Amino acid sequence: MNGLIGAVLFLILAPIAGGLIAGIDRKITARMQGRVGPPLLQPFYDVGKLFEKENVVVTTAQNFYVLAYLVFIALSGAIFFAGGDLLLIIFAFTLAHVFLVLGAYAVHSPYSHIGAERELIQVMAYEPMIILAAVGLYMVTNSFYVADIAAATVPAILYLPGVFLGFAVILTIKLRKSPFDISTSHHAHQEIVKGITTEFSGSTLGQVEIAHWYENIFLLGFVYLFFSWNPVIGVAAVAVTYVAEIFVDNVTARVRWQAALKSGWLAAAVLGLVNLAILSYMTIGGA
Amino acid sequence: MAFLKRSPWILHYDASSCNGCDIEVLACLTPLYDVERFGIINTGNPKHADILLITGGINSQNRPVVRNLYEQMPEPKVVVAIGACAATGGIFRECYNIAGGVDKVIPVDVYVPGCAARPEQIIDGVVKALSILEEKREKMTGEAHTKEEARHAAEAGEGT
Ligand code: SF4
Repeated sequence: MNGLIGAVLFLILAPIAGGLIAGIDRKITARMQGRVGPPLLQPFYDVGKLFEKENVVVTTAQNFYVLAYLVFIALSGAIFFAGGDLLLIIFAFTLAHVFLVLGAYAVHSPYSHIGAERELIQVMAYEPMIILAAVGLYMVTNSFYVADIAAATVPAILYLPGVFLGFAVILTIKLRKSPFDISTSHHAHQEIVKGITTEFSGSTLGQVEIAHWYENIFLLGFVYLFFSWNPVIGVAAVAVTYVAEIFVDNVTARVRWQAALKSGWLAAAVLGLVNLAILSYMTIGGA
Repeated sequence: MAFLKRSPWILHYDASSCNGCDIEVLACLTPLYDVERFGIINTGNPKHADILLITGGINSQNRPVVRNLYEQMPEPKVVVAIGACAATGGIFRECYNIAGGVDKVIPVDVYVPGCAARPEQIIDGVVKALSILEEKREKMTGEAHTKEEARHAAEAGEGT
């Protein structure tokens, strides 16, 4: 029952919270660059505008794929906030991105195709680390269920500092922030046109944007899991992590896709695996 | 609701200008003028754009490009011609390959004068364009309604 409430709350509130966070993000980014920046509610104006525009459809399949992307992102977030199985969530999450990539491939546009290829590279880059993060949380709390992990009294972050740092690296990829915003980004509006979203316009693009809000809230929820033994510290840690991501976004230039892939895997191999190896050694030693 | 006025995304195209006006257009994005205050974003994608900022008098080579860009922009859209060249061909008017103004190729809604046009003027031109954009949107939804009503009327006619 609790789970159902969590899921419903997520489906209703996440777009609002996600849009607000996007607004705060743009405001902080502007301040970091010495600008005034757009109004706080700008992301809502943007999406509202997109739904007012004419919908130019190149292939009808693309709209179907983007809708599937939105639905599966919302679904993975809903399972997460319902306290469901972390592995199932990760699979639904990956599937969602496969739909986005298919949507971009459905159109015969070289720009859209480059964006889709780069999105696939991003998926390859972050996938190992996100699975290791789930495994790490399992090793600490003995459960893959989000409800159990969130209720655990052990401070997961103390056991998993490396995993958390690795997760922070791929979080940069997932939030579409520099230096890893290779498939599409919020700032670089001029490079390979607009990457994966080049051929989406009007309400279809609006759906991509809303999916991104859902996704961000889900990811911040994932960050919270590392600190869930103390809600105050948890919320503070989520805020600090996000501001740090904005900072990194503003001080780094985009890397090439090879470097993005290497960073993702290096984070998984060094920070993730070494952390888990030490952890398993310690728990076996202790038992 | 009028979200469109609060979130105009811009496409900037250089149709054989001397680059002077382009530098002024880009100056609008710098911290000094910061057009993002008005929700204005410079996008490189015609399919995401609401306003086409165009500089230069258009030469024979980029004529089809300009028409193509314009056609790819989803409705409602407006065109702002920036600088003397975009208005009339300006200093390049006599050249054999210059069309002599953007309005020779696509419909223009706002002309921003100057050689080069100043960033303040460009922002002013964009703000003027916003009200035209809003008008066009109202007309568009109005037309959609009329079409819808006509369809309903036709269906009702068939039914009886
Ligand atoms: S109006 Fe003047 S500054 Fe602008 S493109 Fe023409 S010649 Fe250059």
